[in-house]
Amino acid sequence: MENRPLEYDYTVAKMFMLTTIILGIVGMAIGVFIAFELAFPGLNTVFGEGLAEYTNFSRLRPLHTDAVAFGFTVSGIFATWFYVGQRVLKVSMAESKFLMFIGKLQFWLYVIGVAAVVVSLFMGYTTSKEYAEFEWPIDIAIVVVWVLWGVSIFGLIGIRREKSLYISIWYYIATFLGVAMLYLFNNMEVPTMLATSPAGESAIGDWMHSVSMYAGTNDALVQWWYGHNAVAFVFTVPIIAMIYYFLPKESGQAIYSYKLSLLSFWGLMFVYLWAGGHHLLFSTVPDWMQTMGSIFSVILILPSWGSAINMLLTMKGEWQQVAASPLIKFMVLASTFYMFSTLEGPIQAIKSVNAIAHFTDWIVGHVHDGTLGWVGFMIIAALYHMAPRVFKRELYSKSLMAAQFWIQTLGIVLYFTSMWIAGITQGMMWRAHDEFGNLAYSFIDTVDVLHPYYALRGTGGLLYLAGFFIFAYNIYKTWTSNKEVDAERLNASPMGA
Amino acid sequence: MFHWLEKNPFLFAVGVFIVIAFAGLIEIVPNFAEASRPVIGTKPYSTLELAGRQVYIKNSCNACHSQLIRPFKSETDRYGHYSLSGEYAYDRPFLWGSKRTGPDLHRVGNYRTTEWHENHMKDPKSIVPTTIMPGYPWMFTTNADIDTAYAEQLTVAQFFGVPYNKPVPMKDGSTTVVKMGKSIKEARELALEEAKKVAADMKDQDVKDAVARGEIPEIVALIAYLNSLK
Repeated sequence: MENRPLEYDYTVAKMFMLTTIILGIVGMAIGVFIAFELAFPGLNTVFGEGLAEYTNFSRLRPLHTDAVAFGFTVSGIFATWFYVGQRVLKVSMAESKFLMFIGKLQFWLYVIGVAAVVVSLFMGYTTSKEYAEFEWPIDIAIVVVWVLWGVSIFGLIGIRREKSLYISIWYYIATFLGVAMLYLFNNMEVPTMLATSPAGESAIGDWMHSVSMYAGTNDALVQWWYGHNAVAFVFTVPIIAMIYYFLPKESGQAIYSYKLSLLSFWGLMFVYLWAGGHHLLFSTVPDWMQTMGSIFSVILILPSWGSAINMLLTMKGEWQQVAASPLIKFMVLASTFYMFSTLEGPIQAIKSVNAIAHFTDWIVGHVHDGTLGWVGFMIIAALYHMAPRVFKRELYSKSLMAAQFWIQTLGIVLYFTSMWIAGITQGMMWRAHDEFGNLAYSFIDTVDVLHPYYALRGTGGLLYLAGFFIFAYNIYKTWTSNKEVDAERLNASPMGA
Repeated sequence: MFHWLEKNPFLFAVGVFIVIAFAGLIEIVPNFAEASRPVIGTKPYSTLELAGRQVYIKNSCNACHSQLIRPFKSETDRYGHYSLSGEYAYDRPFLWGSKRTGPDLHRVGNYRTTEWHENHMKDPKSIVPTTIMPGYPWMFTTNADIDTAYAEQLTVAQFFGVPYNKPVPMKDGSTTVVKMGKSIKEARELALEEAKKVAADMKDQDVKDAVARGEIPEIVALIAYLNSLK
């Protein structure tokens, strides 16, 4: 009994793989649509004047960011956890009816939460805080889902056979704790139905509405402490958890350096939280905080590059695999984009650069080379690695995977190059004075000049979305294929032509 | 070196939490007492202005427009005096935004009129031919939610001590009182009274008729809010 290999149970992992793909398509499709709305404003009313309230840029923008962050990415985090967690802790979900129940409950509550988010955002229910737009009833549902995930993590750890926690588990634990702390504090709000009028009336107006516990500058401070670290604990920490597991697994190479992983982990945990102030440079928050935000952003290069270099050096002596396997390509380019984006971020956080970059499309470009290149590619690679092992089928097509890789890479390059130019151009035009000391350009001049870059950016997004459809198709064909694989491959995933 | 910690999930989690919570503790907590005092001349939002602010939020205007003027010559030339912390004392949530697809609005009340907003919100291209901003014509026919705005006033007055019905110091040394109704009925009346003043400067006959009937279209509330941004 003890010597038989463990049969891992991927029921919950499969469910979340499905939402990763579906919400990825939804979020990216909305993103492409609103990108083209900026290039061709006629699209705001393309579904008719009557629907314009629901299809214009401003109503859809939070739907895009939330669908890709909390739909696609968080689903991907859950899907990989329910795969990686069992395997590195050497314990199967099938061994605990309780944990299996909690996992499924988490999934269904998550789906209900997503539905509530989509409907309420379309209707215009929003707190206006970026990546924390949801009103209080949904916040409570999200907290419940998160607590259930915590039960899964610590429950599985509680019954583990492998006593030492692997690096990926560190990062999943940090994701759980970090998001819990940030989300709770940033979403402190008072539902307005709690107030009573002097005439004794209560539960006045819309029951969904609430006001923030914090006002003005404080509210901004808490929001960007959250907003910046949502990037840390949703777009960075759990994605590192993934690459630490999937890259060594797929390539058959051991992690290059344990010490480097220790340094990067604890360094990242300590430094990241300080950097939120870089979103508030030249604002009304105290100067010392802005300076701290700037300095720590630059220091952040060290732990970020520590992880990325550790990954690239893991491939030492095995670089032919990058040429041979599109799956390895995805992961190596993901860590490269991680390096790129964690260098670009600190540059933008330097005060004099930020004076030009802030409020422009360069920031949007920066976010997207991180999310499309690093987050997107890593989740795609993780699902590709999981699929043959979860569905016990050979991956449908290697050539489709390679095509997807190149199409999406081209998409990302178009995206960030166009946004670089757009952002710096607009930033420079805003501040330009003529020889008499008057502003050289009116605001609309700085909008007109962006048209070609907006069109190019939309095209880049469209290419990425097209690649994502290829990905969805490839996974679907793998799932429904009748070519069963009997023995699981230790490393390189089996791929059809 | 840290192997013992990696075999002890509880201590590990506690350690991680302390390390990540540290920065927040140092940066956020001390600032709270200092930053939220209103500057002279900053007054709470009236019921109608607050309803307009909710329309602004409902449509995520903050996705494209900032309300934060940075202390650079190019910004003060374009938008007016740079923003001060105390001016935001009654802003829950803050609406600084993070992207200027359109211009900053923190002092838009100083240089745009009711009439300008009316035309611009209905059809932005009629004012700025090459604009990429979409029109918001449904705001002329959808009514603003005055009750929820009133509930918000009550909430901030009860929970956060926002001074409604109390004298607030103004820049010229005088004081002003922002009224808040004692009941839903009175709140609606106060809002309507203010709405009539806004509608008097507007051209849209349907909006004027609606206000005469006692209704308040979203556009009226929104313009009242935008005019209050100074």
